[in-house]
Amino acid sequence: MSSNAADRTPPRPGFWTGDRVAGIALIVAAAALAFETRVLPLGSLGRPGPGYAPLLYAVILGVLGAGIAARRGGTPLGAIRWGEARHALMILLACGFAALAIERLGFRLTMLALVAFLLGVVERRPALPTALVSLGLSFGCYFVFWTLLRVPLPTGPFGL
Amino acid sequence: MIDTLNSLALGFSVALQPAVLFYAVLGCVVGTLVGVLPGLGPLAGISLLLPLTYGLTPTTAIVLLAGIYYGAMYGGSTTSILMRIPGEAASVITCVDGHAMTLKGRAGAALAIAALGSFVAGTLSVVALMLLAPPLASFALRFGPPEYVALLLLGFILLSYMSSGPMVNTLAMAALGLILGTVGIDLLSGFHRFTYGVTDLADGLGIVPVAVGLFGLSEILLTAGGDTPPSVYKPKLRELVPSREELKASISPCLRGSVLGFLIGIIPGSAHIISSFVSYGVEKRISKHPERFGHGAVEGVAGPESANNAAASGAFVPMLALGLPSGPIPAVLLAALMIHGVAPGPLLMEQHPDLVWGFIASMYIGNLVLLILNLPLVGIFVNVLRIPYSYLYPTIVVFCVLGVYAVNSSVVDVWIMLATGAVGYGLRKFEFDMAPAVLGMILSPIFEMSLGQSLAMSGGSYGIFLDRPIALTMLIMVLALLGLSLRDALKRQRGGWRTGAGLDA
Repeated sequence: MSSNAADRTPPRPGFWTGDRVAGIALIVAAAALAFETRVLPLGSLGRPGPGYAPLLYAVILGVLGAGIAARRGGTPLGAIRWGEARHALMILLACGFAALAIERLGFRLTMLALVAFLLGVVERRPALPTALVSLGLSFGCYFVFWTLLRVPLPTGPFGL
Repeated sequence: MIDTLNSLALGFSVALQPAVLFYAVLGCVVGTLVGVLPGLGPLAGISLLLPLTYGLTPTTAIVLLAGIYYGAMYGGSTTSILMRIPGEAASVITCVDGHAMTLKGRAGAALAIAALGSFVAGTLSVVALMLLAPPLASFALRFGPPEYVALLLLGFILLSYMSSGPMVNTLAMAALGLILGTVGIDLLSGFHRFTYGVTDLADGLGIVPVAVGLFGLSEILLTAGGDTPPSVYKPKLRELVPSREELKASISPCLRGSVLGFLIGIIPGSAHIISSFVSYGVEKRISKHPERFGHGAVEGVAGPESANNAAASGAFVPMLALGLPSGPIPAVLLAALMIHGVAPGPLLMEQHPDLVWGFIASMYIGNLVLLILNLPLVGIFVNVLRIPYSYLYPTIVVFCVLGVYAVNSSVVDVWIMLATGAVGYGLRKFEFDMAPAVLGMILSPIFEMSLGQSLAMSGGSYGIFLDRPIALTMLIMVLALLGLSLRDALKRQRGGWRTGAGLDA
């Protein structure tokens, strides 16, 4: 479901393959993590300290990342399609807004704004369906989860 | 045996209570819908609906969530067969021959075989679960920290050996998960690790935000943007009767799929996904007419569908017997039990027989409910796919935020979901499987704690793992599997068993 690369004729394979980029990214992540463990006592082999396991895992990740980067073949970088990236970024921004706003504006207003943004701005849906779906989802979820199921959800200004 | 039957009778007395029965049916219906929707898999579905269970008893909560799990297994096959859209990853392989049968005008038969296979496998594997879990739980009482270390090592090696895709990718994701699992207070020393002053991180990263991020949100990020509602084929009720030949051809694949699926289900990893691929590979290999596969072979539907449902039950064996999750889904179910104050482990069956046996009995009932649901109501379920995805995904995003926030009323959890969603999106673009990461994260604290305790017991000597027979046996199995992996790697050019089963990418 998630593969985007397989259904097209791949461009001529070069040095930069998906595996190579992913492997290098993992090596960088492992190096950053190993650097972060410097503040934790390492202990010894027989008496591992709190920094021992993270450092060990970081080394393992780095070695495996190197193995992935060194692998021959794989999907050429140019064959990986990023057509949905704009949508993905917008959704992440909307979720970021929700995280910032949910305890300030309350659940209903935050979700109303989130859904309205995704439908009205990102998807360019007509105003009426956007308004109806946004209102229905935000207030409907609040009713089901808070009123019926007593799941605590934050309220905002004017008790909304 | 008499004890088991008595316990089962107790289980049915619990499962047939109106409230439990209601939640079993509700779980099956919701699970089928989750399985039908391409943006939601069983893990994301269970995680998102976890808050629904807060007001329930532990028994009804676990029955509801398990119903969602195996309901999703059933539901995923429907869209695979009718529209070549796998509702969830375990149904990907069903697309091949299931949809080919639809194109040949045998959609009803394919759906019926998938539902019957799932029912047979589900029921047989619940019997196996019932027989296997209690003795395993008794055996597990002999486990100390060294045995847990060896068991977890064995689990990780099995996970990489049985995974779909390159083994090095699986191990890298498991290592990433192990790292994520080190966030929070180190239980042995009390040191804060990677918390950066955020008190909400002291208890570590929550399984729900990470699972929803890596599976739910990343799926939406990958699929948003496509918006053409698929044409929906609705088979008529009378078309749902398979021919005698189709039924006859399905019996053996169903039984083989049930056994394979159950055994693979016990092993850590994305068992329900792997089992369907392995079953397909086995059926194709032993078939007298392998050329029919890919062109509507009924065995290509019966085997994988039986296997993925059997695996769903098999995954509950280590969960109930050892308190160890064999994958992300049992891990979320364990988290749900803990939220309700039930401590998982080998004593669970002794201390909460009503919960465990009520849960097992509800699975019998759930399988029957799903058989009834999936055939006559298939037309209703596939109608969900008529909703344009541009309306569907904002709804799922709302449930993601709601589900994650509601677990601890914590905004930090929403940020964790957001971060893991973005990371999961990037990694899935490069074809990494996310399940080993979640499993690694869950098992990381148990592994580290058991290792620390083992070394404390032995005064820092690793010889403790060789002195204890159970741990030693498991470590020998680890070495044997590593040897097999090496042999397979060398033989890959000629096609090892993994290549034959379709596991090597």
